[in-house]
Amino acid sequence: MEKTTFTQKHLLGIKDLTRNDIELVLKTADSFKDLMNRPVKKVPSLKDTTIVNLFYENSTRTRISFELAEKRLSADTINFATSSSSVSKGETLIDTANNILSMKVDMIVMRHYASGAPHFLSRHVDAAIINAGDGTNEHPTQALLDAYSIREQLGSLQGKKVAILGDIMHSRVALSNIFCLKKLGAEVTVAGPPTLIPKHIKSLGVNVTYNIQEALAWCDVANVLRIQLERQNLPLFSSLREYSLYYGVTKKMLDSLKKEIVLMHPGPINRGVELSSDAADSHHSIILNQVENGVAVRMAVLYLLAGKK
Amino acid sequence: MKLLLDQEKFDFVIQRLAQQLIENHPDFVNCVLIGIQPRGIFLANRIVAQIKYDFKIVVPYGKLDITFHRDDIHSQNNMLIPNQTDIDFSIDGKQVILIDDVLYTGRTIRSALDALVDFGRPDKVELMALIDRRYSREFPIQADYIGLRVDSIFSQKVKVFWKENDKKDEVVLIDNH
Repeated sequence: MEKTTFTQKHLLGIKDLTRNDIELVLKTADSFKDLMNRPVKKVPSLKDTTIVNLFYENSTRTRISFELAEKRLSADTINFATSSSSVSKGETLIDTANNILSMKVDMIVMRHYASGAPHFLSRHVDAAIINAGDGTNEHPTQALLDAYSIREQLGSLQGKKVAILGDIMHSRVALSNIFCLKKLGAEVTVAGPPTLIPKHIKSLGVNVTYNIQEALAWCDVANVLRIQLERQNLPLFSSLREYSLYYGVTKKMLDSLKKEIVLMHPGPINRGVELSSDAADSHHSIILNQVENGVAVRMAVLYLLAGKK
Repeated sequence: MKLLLDQEKFDFVIQRLAQQLIENHPDFVNCVLIGIQPRGIFLANRIVAQIKYDFKIVVPYGKLDITFHRDDIHSQNNMLIPNQTDIDFSIDGKQVILIDDVLYTGRTIRSALDALVDFGRPDKVELMALIDRRYSREFPIQADYIGLRVDSIFSQKVKVFWKENDKKDEVVLIDNH
């Protein structure tokens, strides 16, 4: 029987993963995707594992996706949203986590508004930590499901051209995607307004352009990111209307390319801002496939980490 | 190392297993074969081919992966990577013959039964194994069709070689010291 090792105890970021780790997740996800099309969508692999979903920041897709993945693996799950918890009374992150762990929890899926929060927690508590998004740092499972979705459409990532468009500066999806795509051998271009592209992004080995059309003409895959209004305290562009005019992607633009292009978006979409409704709902779009694949990819991550216990 | 089956005996065992099957399942009506991934597939392929050759009957045949139903994912040093499950028919009301190469502790079969019932409610499940390592069971599981019974101790290993994969058909008993 083929055996391969996942090198990580936690999933904190794509930065820490080897190419082999990533490929292992994608390959394992194939089996879970297959499972999702069967009458019984559940397996008993994690029946002895308890997982807490610790969300310090709002989420729809990621939280539901993780919860579904956990349940399909037969894990026991606890959901924790800070808004309705003692965090609002001033409890610290470590205290919260240790209190939860004293109830014998094996894994923590964590989203936090502070970059590095899961890394910090992983050094202080005895449980496997899965980063479900930390501030503007990383969102590893999103990058894995994006890679899985591209692989599903195009067969492989090697040599493929991927453009990441929009708010690169505030996006943890962008950073995780860049690490993941580069490790899998894809070429990456980031495009957006100069104010939303970090100055030293080129050091990660990506191309930079401020022209969305140019990036679209170049790429096989366009991953359009959400304008993260909640993280912007400086006026980095003058208005949403202006942003949409110069940096928004429309169906007309995609059709005018006269080529096959895969359109992705990590959600939630600001319809009419970074992506027009007709583009989001066009045949180019694999946005709902991404969501479907998210469950399979998260099942793979949970399964591989649980096996390391 | 002890040779348990050479090529000639190996072929004979496969033929006999196919014969035993048809004695219990005339014309293979309502009957399906399920090979257990990964190495039960080799035996299942041979049985399917043998039945086709001997009786001109094509029996529905699927592959079952049990990785996610194992009871030992935490005790593995290496992660167990899944194989493909491919069962494109309903097993509701069917006579299912599960096929694996070596029956040892019975844990694989226990997992396989769990995995199998997710695909429906078979009328009956039978088990075929090329090799039965007797007196080693950790679960009350016995095979209905056995190629060869082997008496072995815990430290020994039974290795089945398949032409498709290992360039020869052979079964050996290996002493691990």
